Amino acid sequence: MTVHHLLAAESLVAGYGGRTIVDDVDLELPAGRITVIVGANACGKSTLLKTMSRLITPESGAVVLDGKKISEVHTKELARTLGLLPQQPIAPEGIAVADLVGRGRHPHQKLFRSWTAEDDRAVVEALEATGTAELADRSVDELSGGQRQRVWIAMALAQETDILLLDEPTTFLDVAHQIDVLDVLADLNRRRGTTIVMVLHDLNLAIRYADTLVAVKDGRIHAMGAPDDIVTSELIEEVFDLSNQITVDPVSGKPLVTPIGRHHVR
Amino acid sequence: MTLVSNDLDLSARIEQVRAGRARRSRRWSVSVALLGLAALVLVGAAIMLGNTIYPLPDVIGVILGERVPGASFTVGTLRIPRALTGLLAGLAFGAAGTAFQTMLRNPLASPDVIGISGGASAAAVVSLVVLHWSGTATMVVALIAGVATAAVIYLAARGGSSTGGRLILIGIGVGAMLDAVVSFVIQRAADWDVPVAMRWLTGSLNGARWEGVLPLGLAVVVLLPVLALLSRELQALELGDAAATSLGVRVDRVRIVLILAAVALTCFATATTGPIAFVAFLAGPIVSRIVGPGASLTIPAALMGACLVLAADLIGQFAFDTRFPVGVITGILGAPYLLYLLIRTSRRGGSS
Amino acid sequence: MTSTPTAVGRVRRAPATTVGVRRRTLAVVGAILAIALAIVLSLAFGSRPVSIGEIADGLFSWTQGRTPSAIGAIAVQERIPRTVLGLVAGAALALSGALMQAITRNPIADPGILGVNTGAALAVVCGIAFLGISSPFEYLWLALGGAILTAIFVYNVGSVGPGGSTPIKLALAGAATTAALGSLVNAVLLPRTAAMDVFRFWQVGGVAGADWGTMATIFPLLAVGAVIGLLCAPGLNALALGDDVAVGLGVHIGRTRVFAAAAGVVLCAAVTAVAGPIAFVGLMIPHVVRMLVGPDQRWVLPLSAAGGAVLLVLADTIGRLIGYPGETEAGIVTAFVGAPVLILIARRTRMRAL
Repeated sequence: MTVHHLLAAESLVAGYGGRTIVDDVDLELPAGRITVIVGANACGKSTLLKTMSRLITPESGAVVLDGKKISEVHTKELARTLGLLPQQPIAPEGIAVADLVGRGRHPHQKLFRSWTAEDDRAVVEALEATGTAELADRSVDELSGGQRQRVWIAMALAQETDILLLDEPTTFLDVAHQIDVLDVLADLNRRRGTTIVMVLHDLNLAIRYADTLVAVKDGRIHAMGAPDDIVTSELIEEVFDLSNQITVDPVSGKPLVTPIGRHHVR
Repeated sequence: MTLVSNDLDLSARIEQVRAGRARRSRRWSVSVALLGLAALVLVGAAIMLGNTIYPLPDVIGVILGERVPGASFTVGTLRIPRALTGLLAGLAFGAAGTAFQTMLRNPLASPDVIGISGGASAAAVVSLVVLHWSGTATMVVALIAGVATAAVIYLAARGGSSTGGRLILIGIGVGAMLDAVVSFVIQRAADWDVPVAMRWLTGSLNGARWEGVLPLGLAVVVLLPVLALLSRELQALELGDAAATSLGVRVDRVRIVLILAAVALTCFATATTGPIAFVAFLAGPIVSRIVGPGASLTIPAALMGACLVLAADLIGQFAFDTRFPVGVITGILGAPYLLYLLIRTSRRGGSS
Repeated sequence: MTSTPTAVGRVRRAPATTVGVRRRTLAVVGAILAIALAIVLSLAFGSRPVSIGEIADGLFSWTQGRTPSAIGAIAVQERIPRTVLGLVAGAALALSGALMQAITRNPIADPGILGVNTGAALAVVCGIAFLGISSPFEYLWLALGGAILTAIFVYNVGSVGPGGSTPIKLALAGAATTAALGSLVNAVLLPRTAAMDVFRFWQVGGVAGADWGTMATIFPLLAVGAVIGLLCAPGLNALALGDDVAVGLGVHIGRTRVFAAAAGVVLCAAVTAVAGPIAFVGLMIPHVVRMLVGPDQRWVLPLSAAGGAVLLVLADTIGRLIGYPGETEAGIVTAFVGAPVLILIARRTRMRAL
């Protein structure tokens, strides 16, 4: 097992165009675990993730990897440790699945070095891990939404990073595919020990799959911990402004949030 | 610890993936070889054909520096520079065009559409017709103007996401303004200057001389390899800024280098031949169908650009009664394809 | 989570409550004053500056139909046709731009960007080269036909695919068509130097060649176009809320679109046929007007027309001043002013709209 890298935010302040969205956040992401960030719309969870994956430069504070600021780490070296699945990736027209996944090897390739056996192996393992191996020669355009998302995850996997950040990997997928993708990520975490950090909007799926849950409100960390420990009715109400009742998920045994509206209440 | 339980399965899969990659790589190599050959043949044709057809031994003689009566001047002073200029300009336009199209993720975003050649043309027209400066000075001015135009457009478009979309819009606006400048100058021009000025509207190989070949050749020799070496970064950029950053590409820096190289190539070529319509725009899309999806397009597009320019020039010289400059031919042939591509892209929903 | 894209990404409220009545009154008064001022300036400046007295003399004599004696007054009289054309053409172009921006829900729709000019040019050039047309009157109809066909073509090409006519697609369709048709124009002109001479003077848009004959031909067209366009205002207000909402409000979206589009194209084509290609007027003015009086088309359309009139007359006057002793065409002036404005607009508009 490789050495675990530690990603953390220190007094992080970040935003877009003058607006501060993430306000003084200290966050240490548990290595080798699945961390899910949740929160209401526009609470800053996406911005937080983007800043931690260096898509956005922080206004103050820093994101540190193994104690070193990521802005000081060489870009390619960082890319070998930290991988990101962005929200709306664009696939070149007609590209083959194996080709696209192969692009994930970019951080490992030097200027004049061509493909090595190492690269091929990584690609195949990524394909196998996401169950897309049979699709290797097919064009990405022909795939369904769920298949395509798995191919993008495969590309991120081919990067063979220790830490994987995913920004809403299940949006636009139907429920079956959502579970599919999350299971693949859980597999990855169990077998390779990859640290997974993702933003999910589905609260109950987040609770089910997270080792650590991070609740963000108004750009700050409202609560952080194992779902069993921190998920209470009051917390959900504070973070999501939602009346709710907590029961036990019959399938996973974890807390299940049931929203209470104005109608259909017994 | 691997994720695949069966080692035999693993090596079979690896073989499959490797075979797929080898296939695509072979297709690329074959395409490049064929395009290179075509370019060579066209260069040869451009040198040998004309009012007088010079046989190959004569041509080789001139190249080797011998004095071949009747051929030395025509071939040595007129035809070879013309063919070389066409070749180099085509290489430059093709490579620059595809770099822009890939970076902006839109086949319709080509330097001639988004106003950059407009800057070079406008400056060249002003320099030649209004200020009556020499050819060399004109080339320098055109280069500076082109780079300045690109800089203005890029800076104006920067900020936030979707830089690409804004770039296209602003480029079109600036291009329209520069076209007005060119029209204005042409209208004011003295009668004897009009043909020269018109050349800056269409692009032609008619005035090609050795003095023009050298700077252009230098530019191509220096800048084309830059674009070729960055092809992997370019492929990463294709996936979107976020994905490219994740893959370890310094998006801002790479983009600036690519833009500078592409703009410089465009400007050098435009300053030498005028804006040869559509070559920069067409080379990439045509070649992408030949080479296949997902492949690196820089070198194939450069070669295709060269073929387009040389072929169009031959057509322009010999196919009709009047001798048309190459820009008009590429314009007429390119127009329907451009519109077809526009419709096809829109139908697929592609845009920045 | 995502909402239907609208032309400008602001929250839509009922237009009447956005801007006060006072502001609108001010705008109307301002427009009238501006037009008067523009007329005076246009008559006053040129290759020969004149005094107020001479302006009055010239105008007065003109209304009486006689030629005055003072040279200054004569100069004023000669400027009257171009001033009138400037007013009318500017109004038509701005109104056309406002209509197109409303129909396409697209902040950068401008007849020039749609390549209408080049279409007109190609028609004229073909007429000269192949049909031997030589009278300005015939140019007119050819230009009109060419412009209309091009506008229809570009709009259709730019609307293909999901999302309909987004700004980028439309702009690219226009640029592509302009380039394509431009090459054809060159191809036709190159072997024909005589035609080239005629053409290169038309290629830059301006009101200098204004004569009552050609103007009289297009006035009816412009009048019809303007009336139809203005009548579409309520329908366009509903269209701005989105197709679905508009249908829900009982508006005939197809009919509104067709009429407004026809009006917009005819207005622009008629002006281009007479004055040549003048870009950016239709682009800039509606934006400025919307900033002043809000998005209610019942105000935007007429005030755009006023604004366009002022702009073109001023552009023509400026052109005469900076080009002294010759002149710079109005089309050049608007291009130089328009490009930076386009850049500003592109920066302001939120990217979802683009």
